[in-house]
Amino acid sequence: MSEHEITVTVNGQRRQAKVEARTTLGDFLRSQLGYTGLHLACEHGVCGACTLIVDGRAVRSCLMFAVQVDGSDVRTVEGVAEADGTLSPVQQAMRECHALQCGFCTPGVVMTLTSLTEGDQKPDADTLVKAMSGHLCRCTGYQGIRKAINQLTGVPVAEAGEHA
Amino acid sequence: MSEPIGTAARYVGQRVLRKEDLRLLTGRGSFIDDIAVPGMLYAAFVRSEIARGKILSMDLSQSRALKGVYAVLSAEDLDPFNVVLSNMHLSFAEVPTRPLSSGDVRYVGDPLAIVIAESRYIAEDAAALAVIEYEPEDPLITIADGMSDRLVHPGTKSNLAQEIQSPPNDQIDGIFESAAHVVRATFKHQRVAQCTMEARGVVSTPNGEGELQVHIGCQSTHVFAAAIGLAFNMPHTKIRVLAKDVGGGFGLKAQPWREEMAAIGASLLLKRPVKWVEDRLEALTTSNACREQEMTIGMAFDADAKLLALDCDYHSNNGAFPHMPDAGMPIMMFMTGPYRPMSFRFRGRAWYTNTIGLGGYRAPWAMEAFTREALFDKAARQIGIDPVEIRRRNLLTAGELPATTPLGIPLLDITPIEVLDKLLEKVDVAAFRAEQAAARKQGRYLGLGIASYIEPTAMTGMMMLNSDVAEIRIDPTGKVTANMSTHSQGHGIETTHAQIIADTLGVPIEDVSIFQEDSTRVGIGPGAAGSRQAVIAGGAAIRASKLLAEKIKAIAAHALNANPDDITIEDGEVRIAGVEEMTRTVKDIAQLAYGEPHRLPPGMEMGLEAKSRYAPPTFATHATASHACIVEVDADTGIVEILRWVSSEDCGIQINPAIVEGQIAGGLAQAIGSVLLEEFSFDDRANPTAVTFKDYLLPAISDVPVFEYTHISTPSQTEGGFRGVGEGGIIIGVPTLVNAVADAMAPFGELPPDLPLTPTKLLKMMMENEPA
Repeated sequence: MSEHEITVTVNGQRRQAKVEARTTLGDFLRSQLGYTGLHLACEHGVCGACTLIVDGRAVRSCLMFAVQVDGSDVRTVEGVAEADGTLSPVQQAMRECHALQCGFCTPGVVMTLTSLTEGDQKPDADTLVKAMSGHLCRCTGYQGIRKAINQLTGVPVAEAGEHA
Repeated sequence: MSEPIGTAARYVGQRVLRKEDLRLLTGRGSFIDDIAVPGMLYAAFVRSEIARGKILSMDLSQSRALKGVYAVLSAEDLDPFNVVLSNMHLSFAEVPTRPLSSGDVRYVGDPLAIVIAESRYIAEDAAALAVIEYEPEDPLITIADGMSDRLVHPGTKSNLAQEIQSPPNDQIDGIFESAAHVVRATFKHQRVAQCTMEARGVVSTPNGEGELQVHIGCQSTHVFAAAIGLAFNMPHTKIRVLAKDVGGGFGLKAQPWREEMAAIGASLLLKRPVKWVEDRLEALTTSNACREQEMTIGMAFDADAKLLALDCDYHSNNGAFPHMPDAGMPIMMFMTGPYRPMSFRFRGRAWYTNTIGLGGYRAPWAMEAFTREALFDKAARQIGIDPVEIRRRNLLTAGELPATTPLGIPLLDITPIEVLDKLLEKVDVAAFRAEQAAARKQGRYLGLGIASYIEPTAMTGMMMLNSDVAEIRIDPTGKVTANMSTHSQGHGIETTHAQIIADTLGVPIEDVSIFQEDSTRVGIGPGAAGSRQAVIAGGAAIRASKLLAEKIKAIAAHALNANPDDITIEDGEVRIAGVEEMTRTVKDIAQLAYGEPHRLPPGMEMGLEAKSRYAPPTFATHATASHACIVEVDADTGIVEILRWVSSEDCGIQINPAIVEGQIAGGLAQAIGSVLLEEFSFDDRANPTAVTFKDYLLPAISDVPVFEYTHISTPSQTEGGFRGVGEGGIIIGVPTLVNAVADAMAPFGELPPDLPLTPTKLLKMMMENEPA
């Protein structure tokens, strides 16, 4: 197998590594660099669990090779909260809205919502719900994710879903 | 027996934010593939490419020769362990199930050898180099195939894995003959896959002589330790099973199966840590899948649409090596639901086939509610009365309780009429019917589905499911640690049980930590199964907390010269009525308990530690629900759109309504998948044909509506007053949605018998029939 030396910035830290050409970005980040918050759930590019942010855009790390991020800036779920542990707005909304149960698909959901809400972006709830159609969750029925999206986009939380 | 955690509760009943979420939202969870052990090797499997046939030769030399391969082990290599797998009750099947097959193969993906290598990539490369010659035979795939004379397992008398029958009923045929209305139908639930987002996995580490540490995706560390011990003839007390975070269980991870056992065997044989993590292709082909059930069911009614008799004939496809044969015992037990007792007959048969074995799935008995509730609606259409009305005439009323089902199961305090009434406060059936009639004139097909059920949560009466234990200690810092025999795969137990303990002890919830990830840390418990952990472990948590609270009060009373009855514990403070200056903290009392034995009451043991094992009375915690769903079937595409879904349920005292609703919602989404999307399908050679999430369609956010909830809380007669809620959504969701689609499609006749109700099937129905 051919080996390649790459340099990549992960969550603000510059890392150098040797990778086989066939190593996926997801396997590289998990196994070689220890970013185990990134979860591989289908490895076919369908479920969205392995989503992370490369050069500002949400990508599926099971569909990229590690060599493709040579020179890139990568963010994983470990790099979303503030250094003192304060949750990001996306993480906080998901927590307050009970948007997770087992937590296995959660890192990908966090990364997609982060990529679409950070900075000056002002997406509407429909845009974020459409983006979530690329994420599979087997536990929650997406109820808390919808609520978190509403909270993030300033939609009043529907009474319908609340305790009667 | 005690009153529910009452008005003093600060946490129980509240939507307390989950303790688990802080690590799970920040990527700090600990799932199976996150575990790394020094010296660890990686496993991949050589699997059968055909469903049935003899192995003529198996050449593993090229696999073994690949650089980076440590070993390639076949069934013969594991023979010294003589591993036979047990079911979740720790008993053995009629046909021995071994980790690896030899001689012949019985389903596509049947594991034949395990490759152990320096990396998963190399292990997969090596597995692909195995050369196997087969003499293929035609596979048995369907239930009908299973009934043939050709045997899946040589040496058995037939492919009948199990058969059950209800007690003889010599009157039921006469009742059907003379009944005013007789309604019959056959319903088929397709095979589906549990689809835990985290697939199965294990890291097995032999530690010294005769000890084993096993990290594994599981629903109970204790059951797994017992099952591994039984399989390898080791004392389970020498096996430490660890599982911190598990990405979904849903019944799949109720017991370790062939691949996990092969990896454990390899680690023992090679004396090296071995990791196997299932990929999605394996999960969708060779993880024991579930359902694939058929039921022919008949109902006899009198002229007033009162149900006189219920007759059921059930079959299930058990594949080659089921976790447990399923002839429908729990289906038979719960078949009659929340309805007035009637004449009843049930026969169930389980069949072996050349397909992946049957596994558990959330509410394995859900077929009872699906078939009964769907047939009630068909009966309503046939007799010409409203689906709500036919239920009202047959549901048990409060005045008729306690009642006993035809099979002798007591129904103490179920609330079927009450939850139906509450449901209908939110759903205006008359207004819907007007809207539906108007829509039909425009060629639009709306439907309303309603269903009712009861769920026997927290069943006891079987050794492995009977009880749970809570071991709680307050250390000299005043902080509380509870070791529970539970296990969570997303259930939020670290939160709900902390709520219970904080309330019962009178301490802040931040001071309570729950641990449940280590089989050696606490006494045995069966973990997640049968919607049991809130009820049973919750009762244990209350009782152990009460013991501790009493001890704190006794110590404080003695040391401060007060009457124990005047002492209260609130928010971590120990107060004596009327003497505010005497207030101490729980930490003060804890330091006294550990540090100043002379100040304890005479004869009292030092420390603040308590343990309680609790088992509620069996069948005391039925949960009840009625749901309603409104759909539109698109006349051009056949696609079902769910417009509204309302849940009305009674699960007793709710510990955390957000978690209750989360359990209901997750089950409903799975029900939507079963009714509209999911299908574990085979071609005519028994090759699985939906082997990625592109082909196996899980519900996405666009398929699942916003659910509305309304609750009744009838405290159960158990410690805490809780009832289970883990499986209700998937049980009631299937018939609710099927009934809604059937109602929408009624102008075109009755639905096809088999799920899923795909656009193709519904379009065909609309094209072949003129709307009535």
